[in-house]
Amino acid sequence: MSHHYPALLVTVPLLCALFISIAGWLKRRLCFPIAVAALSVATTVSMGLLWRVLKEGVVLYRLGGWEPPWGIAYRVDHLNALVLTVIAVVALLNLIATQREVKEAFSEKIGAFYTLYILLVTGLFGIVVTGDAFNLYVLLEITSLTSYGLIAMGEDRAPLASLNYVYMGTIGACFYLLGIGYLYMVTGSLNMTDIASILPGLHHSRVLVVAFIICMVGVWLKMAFFPLHAWLPNAYTYAPAPVTSLIAPLMTKVMIYVMIRLLLTVFTPQFIFSILTLKTTVVYLSVIAIVMGAVLALGARNVKKMLTYVIVAEVGYMVGGAWLGNRAGLTGAILHIANDALMTLCIFLAVGNVMYKVKGYGFDDFRGMFTRMPFTMMGFTAGALSIIGVPPTCGFFSKWYLISGGIEAGHYGFVAALIFSSLVNTVLFFKIIEIGYYPNGNVHHGEPAPLRAMGEAPLSMVVPLLIVAAGLFGVGLYTGDIVTYVINPIIPAAIVH
Amino acid sequence: MSDLLLPVIDHYNHWIYVILMMIGLYAMIAKKNLIKKIVGMNIFQTAIILFYVSIGAKQGATIPIIDHGPLGGSHDVPTSVIEASNYINPLPHVLMLTAIVVAVATLGVALALAIKVYNRYETLEEDEILSQIRER
Repeated sequence: MSHHYPALLVTVPLLCALFISIAGWLKRRLCFPIAVAALSVATTVSMGLLWRVLKEGVVLYRLGGWEPPWGIAYRVDHLNALVLTVIAVVALLNLIATQREVKEAFSEKIGAFYTLYILLVTGLFGIVVTGDAFNLYVLLEITSLTSYGLIAMGEDRAPLASLNYVYMGTIGACFYLLGIGYLYMVTGSLNMTDIASILPGLHHSRVLVVAFIICMVGVWLKMAFFPLHAWLPNAYTYAPAPVTSLIAPLMTKVMIYVMIRLLLTVFTPQFIFSILTLKTTVVYLSVIAIVMGAVLALGARNVKKMLTYVIVAEVGYMVGGAWLGNRAGLTGAILHIANDALMTLCIFLAVGNVMYKVKGYGFDDFRGMFTRMPFTMMGFTAGALSIIGVPPTCGFFSKWYLISGGIEAGHYGFVAALIFSSLVNTVLFFKIIEIGYYPNGNVHHGEPAPLRAMGEAPLSMVVPLLIVAAGLFGVGLYTGDIVTYVINPIIPAAIVH
Repeated sequence: MSDLLLPVIDHYNHWIYVILMMIGLYAMIAKKNLIKKIVGMNIFQTAIILFYVSIGAKQGATIPIIDHGPLGGSHDVPTSVIEASNYINPLPHVLMLTAIVVAVATLGVALALAIKVYNRYETLEEDEILSQIRER
């Protein structure tokens, strides 16, 4: 059974999505349990895969028994296994935490909602597990199409925001497809490792450079790398809370994974960092992304929009870290995929809980929240500390690797941008924590606002949030082990420092 | 003059797809009507499908079905008889079957969203929608 893990990871949720849509017609109560079952199996399988990869090394699965360059192969190494586990855990925790909200908000459409939810996660698993460049495109589109649908389920401006996302997302995926087309023209192969083995003889081909740049632009569009980020803030702000807390931690991070996979496995670091002279340019682009993300977050008028700009800045961290081209930078970028997924989940779950109670996400809705929803705000504070980068939380460690990578490479602009963004994050989050803690802080005249009685969100929403919040500290404390056993084997020998 | 034109004629399939792609991109950027933007998006996707189909084609080649050879009647044609250059490359075409399905699905989702937007704002003109949003 464990031999078929890579295939099960995609097929089990895919079939369950079908069952959920049937259950949506026949017996709506069954939708949620099937979804939980699907994701529990996926979580077990992905953890099993991680364990196997740690013990035995790369796992290769040939779909239908066809040998790799002809058939599609699923190839799981340390990088995939780590990202797969993160996806499974985040999706499962979010599914359980948002059950109540979903039940109340989408009672009629519950079957459709969970079908799309599970399909989205299936697509993400597929993107990460596959070793075939074209297969990745198809799964990318599955993920995108389901996320358009999920975002459009929101109120008010959601359909319009989702439509803008459709335009930008389609251009992004099409660029990726076009890049793969050029790559296929020169190599005649679609299998990632096969392409990598053919490339060395073609390193000075102009087609290869074009293929690489087009692929990168496509991937950057999908991950909302700064000048290409325009679709993200509205789409994530107007999406329903349970959807935001699923998509915000996973979509951009998986696209970062795709970028790192293209850099390390397909085009190989030797070609990118030694032959192409783009390294410094891209790191400067990421500096602009980080600074602009931070500045735009300062100008945001509500909490959710502010957080979406924080995500834009975080994407800059990871792109910059990966493109520094040294060991510390890449370690930081890969570690930050996992850490950022967890802390984004934490913070959006907390905002989701507040929205569930207050029905709003403006700054004023957080007034006096510490007395009203103490546990939710505990989770919020943990997430905020991690995003700022305070030592025992995991956010600190990935930022540490990123900064030391920047110093090693001599990119002081990147280091300065990271520190600037941390300072801005401090301002942003303490603004919310302050109005949450001192509801009357800014009221100098007139009546102080009456303190509201405690009204915590239901237990099913608070417990997963606190688990994630504890996880932030746990992952932080075990950073050393994660780096030694999981991340070090990923970084190719070509990168010495 | 012919020196300038030669690369264009040599790679005319690339020029055609780039022109189509730019038409699509122009429609998505410059048009204010949501449906026109969606049509632009579809032209953009179709351009890439055409590109893939064109790279699989070869001059004077036939469809990649091995006929029964001059000896007739048998599948056991010696491999030396099969010349790869006589057959077009079927793989890009097969890939594009999937891409066409994806394009159709995207078009469907986009049109469904356009209907939702229309129900909400009672117009499909982007500037009218934005002015409605600004008023509130």
